Amino acid sequence: MIKAVVMKDVDNVATVVEEINPDSEVSVDVAGKQKTIIILGRVAFGHKFAIKDIENKALVKKYGEVIGVATKDIKAGQHVHVHNLESTRGRGDK
Amino acid sequence: MKFMGYRRPDGTVGIRNHVLILPSVTCANRVARGISQNLLGSTWFEHEHGCCQLGVDKELTQRVLVSHGTHPNVYGVVVVGLGCETLRAQDVAEAIKKQCPYKTVELIIIQDEGGSVKATAKGQSAARIMVGEASRMAREAIDASELILGTECGGSDACSGISANPALGEASDLLIDVGGSVILAETTEIIGAEHLVAARAVSKEVKDRCYEVINRCEATVKSMGVDMRGSQPTPGNIEGGLSSIEEKSLGCIYKAGTRPLIDVIDYAMPVRKKGLVWMDTPGQDIVQITGMVAGGCHLVVFTTGRGTCCGSPIAPTIKVASNTALFEKMQDNMDINAGTVITGQETVKQVGQRIFDEMLIMASGKLAKAEILGFNDFALYRIGPTI
Repeated sequence: MIKAVVMKDVDNVATVVEEINPDSEVSVDVAGKQKTIIILGRVAFGHKFAIKDIENKALVKKYGEVIGVATKDIKAGQHVHVHNLESTRGRGDK
Repeated sequence: MKFMGYRRPDGTVGIRNHVLILPSVTCANRVARGISQNLLGSTWFEHEHGCCQLGVDKELTQRVLVSHGTHPNVYGVVVVGLGCETLRAQDVAEAIKKQCPYKTVELIIIQDEGGSVKATAKGQSAARIMVGEASRMAREAIDASELILGTECGGSDACSGISANPALGEASDLLIDVGGSVILAETTEIIGAEHLVAARAVSKEVKDRCYEVINRCEATVKSMGVDMRGSQPTPGNIEGGLSSIEEKSLGCIYKAGTRPLIDVIDYAMPVRKKGLVWMDTPGQDIVQITGMVAGGCHLVVFTTGRGTCCGSPIAPTIKVASNTALFEKMQDNMDINAGTVITGQETVKQVGQRIFDEMLIMASGKLAKAEILGFNDFALYRIGPTI
């Protein structure tokens, strides 16, 4: 059963498509190779986790494109969402 | 490839045969509702404007209202006005009749009739005759190349960009390949992915238009002085896993398939070209449907991950669920399940073919759930102040 998908090879996140138990191991297909990641905490259905470490201010990529910028250091397996990712567009506050 | 539709005397094609009760101003809403709700076979909508509007904003409202009357899914129209409004009901009725001389167009002005009760009665009589006449029309076989599809996503979650939108993109390609037209809209939800759509433009002119509409949209957003996140993506999108407008947009543009981008047109302008057309609309679901239908789309395929029920009063709005849990939970409102892509039971291509097949069946008369449940959502896009 596929639990999470990586959309394009250059992505640094995977999206959960089947409920994953918190703190468990998940296997994702990256460029044809299986990579095992330990999920740190809970990542809900439809949400993302890092498949490699992402540095603060580094680009977060999904679909092979930039979806935002990390606002903290993120470890592989951690939940990636609005608490550690900010958008680069529509920023009337900046 | 054919469907069964209505050929109008001017050569245009409809997939429904509605008698539309059309309020030209917000003050006529209750009478329009009263007329329509007392007879089968008619539809109506309500809105909040038609008065105290200026210039291009007033013209746009008029265009959207008239376009719902001239739409080929509509057999005849009863225009209802109050009598003193900026957008005069007689002008709306005249404009519909001028473009479609073969349509029955009746005009009811509440003040002239002596109030809402008498206006409702007169409107019902007029509509009753029209519904009887409309019921005599028969469908005939029409080529699928004459269809215009509006694509939309609303209440998206992270699955939308993996299942439903790519499947809709397959269906878009199928329709374009047989000679039809497809509308990609909701400009806000192309921010972050515009370079991918612009790269498919057939000319430099079309490419430049892509960036012009995106920049205008983003400038409008920024002028409010806040981070757009929380409004776009919405709280529901965010709960569903979408973290930024870029992520949402990259998933959204899958709806537009892979074929070249032929044209970029303004809100509610008529779709005249074959192939993929980008209509500049906001991301708000009802404003978007209203604009695409005003531009002539016959039906809308609407993907959703969180679940939405809305529907146009005159164009079937077919709901595609991005995940099976939603499809099962909102059975009454979801027409097609694309969640089988997530579970691996079907490929994107297979679901795309299913969507396309269902489009032709619904074009031929099968009712979408939003139609059966009587959804008649309509919202005007305002580009000027109410004064």
